[in-house]
Amino acid sequence: MLSNSILSPLRNELALVWLLRILALMAGALVLLIFAFLLNESLPILGLVGLSAFFSDPSWHPMEGFFNLTSMLLGTLYATAGSVLLAAPLGILSAIFCRFYAPTHVARIFRNLMESLSGVPSVVFGFWGLTVLVPLVNQIHPPGPSLFAGISILTMMILPTMAMAADASFASVPQNYLRGAQALGLSKSATLLGVVLPAAKAGLLSGLILQSGRAIGETMALLMVCGNVVQTPKNIFDPIRTLTTNIALEMAYAMGSHRSALFVSGLILMLFIVVLLIAAEGINRVPKR
Amino acid sequence: MFQRDRLFTLIVWSAALLVVLIFASFIGNIIYYGLKNFSFLYLWSNPINTGREGGIFPIIISTLLILLVCMTVAIPLSLCTAIFLTEFTSQENILARFIRRSIDVLSGVPSIVFGLFGNAFFSVKLGLGFSILSGGLTLACMVLPIMIRLTQEGLRAVPPEYSLSGSALGISRSQILLHLLLPAAAPSVIVGLVLGVGRALAETAALVFTSGYVDRLPQSLWDSGRALSVHIYDLSMNVPGGETSAYKSAFTLLILVFFINSITTQLTKLWLQKRIILQ
Repeated sequence: MLSNSILSPLRNELALVWLLRILALMAGALVLLIFAFLLNESLPILGLVGLSAFFSDPSWHPMEGFFNLTSMLLGTLYATAGSVLLAAPLGILSAIFCRFYAPTHVARIFRNLMESLSGVPSVVFGFWGLTVLVPLVNQIHPPGPSLFAGISILTMMILPTMAMAADASFASVPQNYLRGAQALGLSKSATLLGVVLPAAKAGLLSGLILQSGRAIGETMALLMVCGNVVQTPKNIFDPIRTLTTNIALEMAYAMGSHRSALFVSGLILMLFIVVLLIAAEGINRVPKR
Repeated sequence: MFQRDRLFTLIVWSAALLVVLIFASFIGNIIYYGLKNFSFLYLWSNPINTGREGGIFPIIISTLLILLVCMTVAIPLSLCTAIFLTEFTSQENILARFIRRSIDVLSGVPSIVFGLFGNAFFSVKLGLGFSILSGGLTLACMVLPIMIRLTQEGLRAVPPEYSLSGSALGISRSQILLHLLLPAAAPSVIVGLVLGVGRALAETAALVFTSGYVDRLPQSLWDSGRALSVHIYDLSMNVPGGETSAYKSAFTLLILVFFINSITTQLTKLWLQKRIILQ
């Protein structure tokens, strides 16, 4: 913004300034309010059994007082890692296709497709997964609802945004680099792998991290295709339950310390997100050579 | 070397083809089965037999009411926050830095956590219960970051000459804001609004424990109302034989979201054109 000294004075408009300030402060305080409520609802159980119980209890049977979240934590991590590992190369290749290979009108259609797909509701993805994908997986390896189905759906959900983020970071690679590579007589693949990808690395990485955040937080689609059995998966075709789906499944009837335990898992999710955000910011702040 | 180049070209094209094929089969499937025996009567009639038959009229009304509540709160809040951050404070101001940081975090909060918060705060603490009001308010918290960001982008893109010449003419800051800055930033504000509506329309997890499941026509904002996305979820998971109807609802939601998306793209294009002419 322009410095206040050269614009019209504000002294006659203190009411407006204060209104704006208070509303902005409300918007800013919202996150604190969310944290406060999560903490407030979690405190009863944290005081009762302590944090370690969530990792050392024999199982997740909240009605009987067992609160082990480890298998669901692992479920979340496996599903997220799997989908990001699949979506990252596909998204980056799609963006490379869009920017360096496709004819202009094909690239435009492709971009429009990605943009439209990024807005598709997760429940629609989940519904498709439930009616089309799960029966297919069942034919490959029963039972069908599984970590594999979850990873596939999550991949589809984060791929469009991943591709768009990659496309944007390729667009910000300086033209000089490309011309320099051309002047050196580098082939197209060598230019892309050796010049463009390293130059776009920071953008690609922070896109990747933000998409991991989305994958961690995804609920409905996973709820519909993962089978929701509380267990640590032994192979990729085992059904799993994630932290998010656990909340969605049990919140409806949870009372007392059970309800409290669900808020603890919400708190854990928030911590994940904050860590990822800090990581993404760290990457963006690394000085470019 | 040429061989490597050719191999890479092949990989890129096949990856793109794979992506297109997967998504085409996904969208094709929803549209094909959704359009099958779809009639406009579906949008105008009440659900019968827990949604297996009949239509989704009350669900559409509930969805619209939830959106209305959400936007009534989110529009002024995001507008004022964005105006404050871009026009009435400096980058280094400690308050501004705190607000920016917390909005960044807010934009990453998973929707189910918004659901937990909405349930604990709006439904229980404020005593709104399972109602359209608490669902809408929860969604307002969720769409706030994206609406603030786009409003800020719009305001930042206004050339500084606007404020400077306004001030040189002795126009007050509020008048400059009202008559120069906001009209110039309006397209971006509207894009933010439309994106926010799209985001809210797509949301399910935050609504299940705030606005609830009741599929009757809501009598007031304090009634529980089922959103379209929740309806799809319920039909496919909890209602055996609800698949046909779920397809039709999914199709309706998909069309709505695509429609909203194309409005956004068109508006952005118009806005860019306008800016080029201005300069």
